[in-house]
Amino acid sequence: MTDILSRTMTLEGTGKSAMEVARTRLIAAGALFLVVFMAMAYRTVELGLSATPGAEKASRNRLVQVAVARYKRSDIVDRNGEILATNLASASLYANAHKVDDISVTAQKLVKILPTLTLADVERKLKSGKDFVWLKRHLTPEQKWQINAIGNPALKFKADEVRVYPHGNLAAHVLGHVDIDGNGIAGLEHYFNGSLDDAAKTDEPLKLSLDIRVQHALADELSAAVSAHQATGGAGIVMDVNSGELLAMVSLPDFDPNNAGNEPENTRVNRAAFRVYELGSTFKTFTIAAALDDGIINMEDSFNAVKPLNVGPFTISDDHPKKRYLRVPEIFAYSSNIGMARIADTLGADRQKEFLSSLGMLKPAKLELTEVGRPVFPQRWKRLSSMTISYGHGISVSPVQLSTGIATMVNGGRLIPATLVAKNIDTNFGENAGSGQIISAATSRKIRQMLRVTVRQGTGSKADATGYRVGGKTGTAEKASGGSYDRDALISSFVGVFPMDDPKYLVFVLLDEPKGIEQTFGFSGGGWTAAPVVKNVILRTAPLLGVKPSVEDETLYKNVALLFED
Amino acid sequence: MSIFSRTDKSIAGRWWWTVDRWMLGLIIVLIVTGLWLAMTASPAVAERLGLDPLHFAKRQMVFLALSLVTVVGVSLMPVKLIRRLCIVGLPVLFFLIILTLTIGPVYNGASRWLQIGSFTLQPSEFLKPVFIVVTAWLLSADFKDEAIPAKLISFALMLFVALLLLNQPDVGQTFLIALVWLAQMALAGLPMVWLISAGLVGVTSLLMAYQFFPHVASRINRFIDPASGDTFQTDKAVEAIEAGGLFGKGPGEGTVKLSLPDAHTDYIFAVIGEEFGALAGLLLLALFAGIVLRGLMHLLEEEEPFKLLAAAGLIMQFGAQALINIGVNLAILPSKGMTLPFVSYGGSSMLALALGMGMVLALTRRNRFITSDRSTFSFPGVT
Repeated sequence: MTDILSRTMTLEGTGKSAMEVARTRLIAAGALFLVVFMAMAYRTVELGLSATPGAEKASRNRLVQVAVARYKRSDIVDRNGEILATNLASASLYANAHKVDDISVTAQKLVKILPTLTLADVERKLKSGKDFVWLKRHLTPEQKWQINAIGNPALKFKADEVRVYPHGNLAAHVLGHVDIDGNGIAGLEHYFNGSLDDAAKTDEPLKLSLDIRVQHALADELSAAVSAHQATGGAGIVMDVNSGELLAMVSLPDFDPNNAGNEPENTRVNRAAFRVYELGSTFKTFTIAAALDDGIINMEDSFNAVKPLNVGPFTISDDHPKKRYLRVPEIFAYSSNIGMARIADTLGADRQKEFLSSLGMLKPAKLELTEVGRPVFPQRWKRLSSMTISYGHGISVSPVQLSTGIATMVNGGRLIPATLVAKNIDTNFGENAGSGQIISAATSRKIRQMLRVTVRQGTGSKADATGYRVGGKTGTAEKASGGSYDRDALISSFVGVFPMDDPKYLVFVLLDEPKGIEQTFGFSGGGWTAAPVVKNVILRTAPLLGVKPSVEDETLYKNVALLFED
Repeated sequence: MSIFSRTDKSIAGRWWWTVDRWMLGLIIVLIVTGLWLAMTASPAVAERLGLDPLHFAKRQMVFLALSLVTVVGVSLMPVKLIRRLCIVGLPVLFFLIILTLTIGPVYNGASRWLQIGSFTLQPSEFLKPVFIVVTAWLLSADFKDEAIPAKLISFALMLFVALLLLNQPDVGQTFLIALVWLAQMALAGLPMVWLISAGLVGVTSLLMAYQFFPHVASRINRFIDPASGDTFQTDKAVEAIEAGGLFGKGPGEGTVKLSLPDAHTDYIFAVIGEEFGALAGLLLLALFAGIVLRGLMHLLEEEEPFKLLAAAGLIMQFGAQALINIGVNLAILPSKGMTLPFVSYGGSSMLALALGMGMVLALTRRNRFITSDRSTFSFPGVT
C-alpha cells in the first residue's frame, strides 16, 4: 500500500517538474515568436518607407507590358526593317436588320456620324430584314464610340483589320494595295497575297530590297523634275548592279495606297515596270557591246557619220551631228545614230536579236510584281528594224528591263534578274551570279570606259556628280503617234552607274514628255532633263549607300580619251 | 453573452462557456480578412490564366466558409475523440501520401497532390496537424511513465514522415514539420544538449538538401546571391511592398501584382503591402502574432501534458507557417512554397489549418471561472 503510494508520489513529482520545464520552454517559444514577429514588422515598415515617388514611377515604367498584336497579314518592311505596310485593328459596323425598330431615326443618326453614307442607302439596308448587313467598314475609334452612344442593340461591330501604309504615296506602285477585305489586288500585295496571308508566318515580315530613304530621295528629285518640266509622268529606278536588288522604284504620278480606290486610274500605272517605252540611245550600249564582244568591231574602228543615212524611204540622222568619221567611243559619247546604224549593219539583224533576247529584252521581266510590261518589238526583224533598234527606236521595253540590261553591261557581263525582295548575303546573294555571262569581263570594262567618258565629255555631262565617278548614257526618243514620230513629245531618260571604276549602283530616270525650260535653254532631251536628276539622286544617296567620293584614276580612261578627235 | 444561459447544458451551451472566445474571435477576423484580400489579389492571376476574374475569389469563398464550419465543428469535439481520430488518421494519411507518389499527377516536378473531381487534395497539408497531435500523445506518455521510450518512437515516426515528404519532394513541409516536432520535443523535456545537437542536425540536413535537391540549391543560391539566377518573384514582391508605401495604392489599384505569378497564393502579403500599405501589413502581422501569443500564453495554465503539447504544436505550426511566408515576401528568407494561413488561396492548406485551429480550440476548452494556482506564470492581460 505504501509502496504504491510512494510510487504515485514520485510520479507526481516527475510530472510536476516536467510540466515546469514545459511551461518555461513555452514562454521561451512565445518570446522567440514575439522577436521574429517584431523583426517582420520592422522589415515591413522599412520597405513601406523606402518608397520614393521617383522609384515608383520607374517601377511603373518597367511594368508596361506590351501585348504583341497578332494580325492576319504579314507586315512588309524595307531592307532596313522600316515598316512599309502593316495592320491596325479597326471595327466594322453591321446591323441585324430585323431587329431595328426605329429605322428612320437610326438611319439619320448613322448618316450624321458617317457622312459618307447616304440616308436612302442606310434605310434600304436597315429595311432589308437580313440578319447581317454591312453598314460601314473600318470605323475610326471616335465613330465607333458615337455609334455605341446611339445605344441601338441591332447595330453591331465586328473586329476588323485595316491595312496601313505609313509612308503613303512613297513606293505605292511597288507595294500595291488591298481591297476592303484585306486581299492584295495590286503590286507586291497581290503577287505575294498567299504568303502574306499565311497564318503560320504572319509574324515574319516580307523584307523588300527597297531602301525607303533612297526611295524618298529618288521620288523627291523625280517629282521636282516632273513639275519643273511639266512632264506627264516619270519613272525612276535605283538598282544594285551586283545583286539585282532594286533599292528604289518610283512611278509618277503616284497614289496613296491607303485610299487607292479613290485615286485616278492613270496614277496607278507603274511606269517603271508595267509601261514599256522606246527608250532611245541608251540602247546603243547593247548593240556596241554585242559587236565588241563578238570581235566584229574594235574600239579604234571608225564609221562614216558624215551625212544622214538613207535606208529605203527612211532617213537616219544625228541629233548632235559631227559630220565626219567617228570612232566607236565617239559614236557612243556623241550618240551618233548614223554610226550606230552602221555598226548594227555590221553586226547583223539576227545576231542583234539573239543578243537582246539573251539579255531578256524580248520577254517580260521576271519581277515580283503582277504588273510587268510585255516588250514590243517588230515581228519581222530586218535590216531597217535592226538599224533603228540599235539606237532604241522600234523596240519598247520597261525601265526595269533596260536597267537590268545596263547592269549586265557594267557588272562584268553577268545577267542578274532584278528583284524587289531583299537577298540574304549569306544564302542567296550569289544565286544568280553565274546565271548568264552575256558579255566578257573585258567587253564590260570597255563599256564602262565609254559610259564614263560619255559623262566626262559627251552628252551625259550634266549627270557628273563630283567625286562619284558617274558613267551613263542619255536616251531621247520621240514618241510614236499615229504611225510617225512626234518631234515635240519626247521620252527623255538617263541611265547612270556609279562609281564607274567599281560599279555598285545604277540610277535610271525617265521623264515622259518633258518641256524645255529656260534653265535648259529650251532643250528637253535626256541629257538636259533626266541627267541632272540622276546627278542629284547620286549626290543624295551615295552617302546613304556607303559610296565614298574620291579622286579619279585618270589612267583608266586614257586609252579611250585618246580615241577622241576633239 | 446572452445567447446561452449559464445553466444551458447542451453541447452548444457548454461549448460557448468553455471555448477560448478571444482565440475564436481572432480566427474569425483572420478568415474574414482573408476573404476580403482574396478578392483583390486573385483577379489579376485569374485573368492572366484566362479564367473568370472571380474564379479564385469564388472558390476561396467556398473554402473559407468550409473552414469556418470546420473550426467551429472541430472545436465542439471532445479531446478524446480528437486524439483517437488523429491516431487513426495518421496511417490513412501515410497511405494517401504514398498514393500521391504513385498515382498522383506531377506539377512543377513534384507529386504532392491527389485529383478528386475538380479539386486537388494535398494530403501532406492534413498530415501536419494530425502528426502534431499524435506526437503530443506519444510525448505525453513521458510525463507519466518513463518506461516507454516515447521520444525514440516519436523520433522514428518523424524520420518516416521526413522520408515520405522528401520523396514527393517537399523540403519546405519537411522542414516545418521537423521544426514543430523539435519544439514539441523541447516542451517534453528534451535535454539542452540534445536540442543543440538537433539544431546542428537541422543545419546539416539543410546543407544536404542543398546538395541533393536542385530546386532547393537554386533557391538558396538566389537568396544568397541574387545575381546568380532569376529572383523575379522575390524582386517583384519587394517592389510591390515598396510601391505601396505606408498607406498603399488602394484596393485593386496594385500594378506590380499584375506581374507576380503567385500573387494569390505565396505572395499575397506583397499584394496587401502594395494595395493597403505597410501599415495594413503590420495589422495583419499583429493579428497573427496575437493568435500565436494568446494561444501559447493561454497554455501556461494547462495542467494536462497532452493538451499542452498538442495545442502548442498546432499553434507553433500556424505561427511558423505565417512567419516563413511573410519572411519570403519580405525577402529575408529564401523562397519556399508556404501559404499564409487563411489568407493565401488554396483549399487543402486552408482546411488543414482550420482543422488544426479547431483542434486548438477544442484542446483549450475549460471552465473559464476556475483559474490555475500557478500565479507565477500568469501574465497580466494574457488570460
